Amino acid sequence: MQQVFSIPKSMKKDFKYTFCPGCDHGIAIRLVAEVIDELGIREDIISSTSVGCSVFLYDFLDVDCVEAPHGRALASATGVKRARPDKIVFTYSGDGDFASIGLAESMHTALRGERVTSFCINNTTYGMTGGQLGPTTMMGQVTTTSPTGRNREYYGYPIKVAEHIALCDGTAYSARVALDSIPHINEAKKAIKKAFQVQLDGLGFGFVEILSSCPTNWHLSPEGAHKRIREEMIPVFPLGVFKDITENK
Amino acid sequence: MTEEKVLIKGNYAIAQAAINAGCQCYFGYPITPQTEIGEYLSGKMQELGRAYVCAESELGAINMVMGAVATGVKAMTSSSSCAVSLMQEALSYAASDELPVVLVNVMRTGPGLGYIYPAQGDYNQAVYGGGNGDYKLIVLAPSTVQECVDLTYRAFYLAQKYRNPTMILADGLLGQMMEPASFGEYPYPEVDVSSWALTGAKGRPARTIYSVATEEKKQIQHIYDLHKKFEVIAENETSYEEFNTEDAEFILVAFGSMTRNIKAAMNVLRAQGKKVGCFRPITLSPFPYKNIKALAEKGKDMIVVEMNMGQMLKDVKYAVEGKSQVSFVNRPCGEWLSVEEIVAAVNEIIAAKEGSISGKEMESRYATSI
Repeated sequence: MQQVFSIPKSMKKDFKYTFCPGCDHGIAIRLVAEVIDELGIREDIISSTSVGCSVFLYDFLDVDCVEAPHGRALASATGVKRARPDKIVFTYSGDGDFASIGLAESMHTALRGERVTSFCINNTTYGMTGGQLGPTTMMGQVTTTSPTGRNREYYGYPIKVAEHIALCDGTAYSARVALDSIPHINEAKKAIKKAFQVQLDGLGFGFVEILSSCPTNWHLSPEGAHKRIREEMIPVFPLGVFKDITENK
Repeated sequence: MTEEKVLIKGNYAIAQAAINAGCQCYFGYPITPQTEIGEYLSGKMQELGRAYVCAESELGAINMVMGAVATGVKAMTSSSSCAVSLMQEALSYAASDELPVVLVNVMRTGPGLGYIYPAQGDYNQAVYGGGNGDYKLIVLAPSTVQECVDLTYRAFYLAQKYRNPTMILADGLLGQMMEPASFGEYPYPEVDVSSWALTGAKGRPARTIYSVATEEKKQIQHIYDLHKKFEVIAENETSYEEFNTEDAEFILVAFGSMTRNIKAAMNVLRAQGKKVGCFRPITLSPFPYKNIKALAEKGKDMIVVEMNMGQMLKDVKYAVEGKSQVSFVNRPCGEWLSVEEIVAAVNEIIAAKEGSISGKEMESRYATSI
């Protein structure tokens, strides 16, 4: 009989699912695992995660992993890659980690063109601490620290991460994807693969921003959260490839 | 093996010793008075095909070191005082993660930005930690350019041997001065890191290095284990130097560059017929408590000489346990206390002990109450 579903080999066998119901971290991590399987790179990977819900990556993925303090995943990844250029190095961070506290480390890693791959989960909030305003919180969005909604006067504007990373000369690939629907999930997987591929080919920094749901802190059902991604987030954070230096080759 | 000596600046000596020790990666950000370490290595590391990164900040630099050493290679960063403050979070992580980070602090003056005057004001931060939680660094304090070489070698060895972040605590005086030094060869064996280093999960289960502890019991045990490890380090690695302590009635205690002046002051005082000796911890952490206590138990008074407001002083008092008198001679920063100044201060302390100056008057002159 044909097997139509299996757990990726790069996933641990004994993990406990610790994310909230309806959270897209589970899908994102699974996609990363599938790509690692398909590229056959599990045994060469050293990953680095820092702080936030993303930190529990190592509970799920069966790859070597070093933790970094909040925001420093890409500095840590730079150290790993420079020490072991023959290894495949990737980071998995939230938006607060990648684009707020760690923005300097993230940008400079892209500017140096480090041969590492990086994923940033954008769910427009600090999930682990219970839904505060973060660097990607949308205008008008109510959080526990923007009780009347994000406005220009008090909070300024959210950052469009994938576009900023695309502006860095060391970036080989920068894309934004979403996990709200099957077609988008399929596109997301292609982008994740490409972000690894540019590292394998020694071309530079590979980056994917992943629009993900946080039903708990958005106070929405899983279905309602995906609807929000489609109707509110994507118009502000458009999906697409913002840089791909392999495009015309 | 040739013991040829070269005339070399302290900062360059540390940098060359790091190369000889097998340091594969250097990550750094400029700050006076240690910038020559990064400048020297920028060319040499490229020549050798090793890694050198001009980090975006000290936060970046220390975290790059953590990533690199997690893979089992030797790596280091160097910085100075106010910028070492930026690294404290990472040092706490590195201690918990048991990562063999090597960090050089060539001290300048604080608090805050301070300035580039030499000082010894980072003793507390180095020894007691500026990061959160119960952890300890190994801290080595060179007093000569030769020791900049020797203790850099030792730092790389100890860091890997005990999987503990290790700091070389130098100062601007030492970093900037030239002295003859010989390098020889890296004298320590290579430490086997294969049981823990991250190299990719090939033919073995995946490894994770992290400090997040969601299980309370595990975290409690982890802290006990770290503490126990440091007791072993204290037992095996505590080192110090002493001169003329055998017949001494007064012992000058200093660390780092100040050791040079207390030795010279001791010689002057000895020539004046005063029974003065010297003691200097080489490892500030672990601190030679037992050895100082043993001297105090023989009734020898301690005179601590530091370029700060009384930081090592507390450890000396703690070691002495009230068994002899502890005095303090200091300046917070800037021009190093001269041999003449130390001699004059010690003579007054001796006179006070003999009753020719009142204790109260002495205190107002030299001792800083803490």
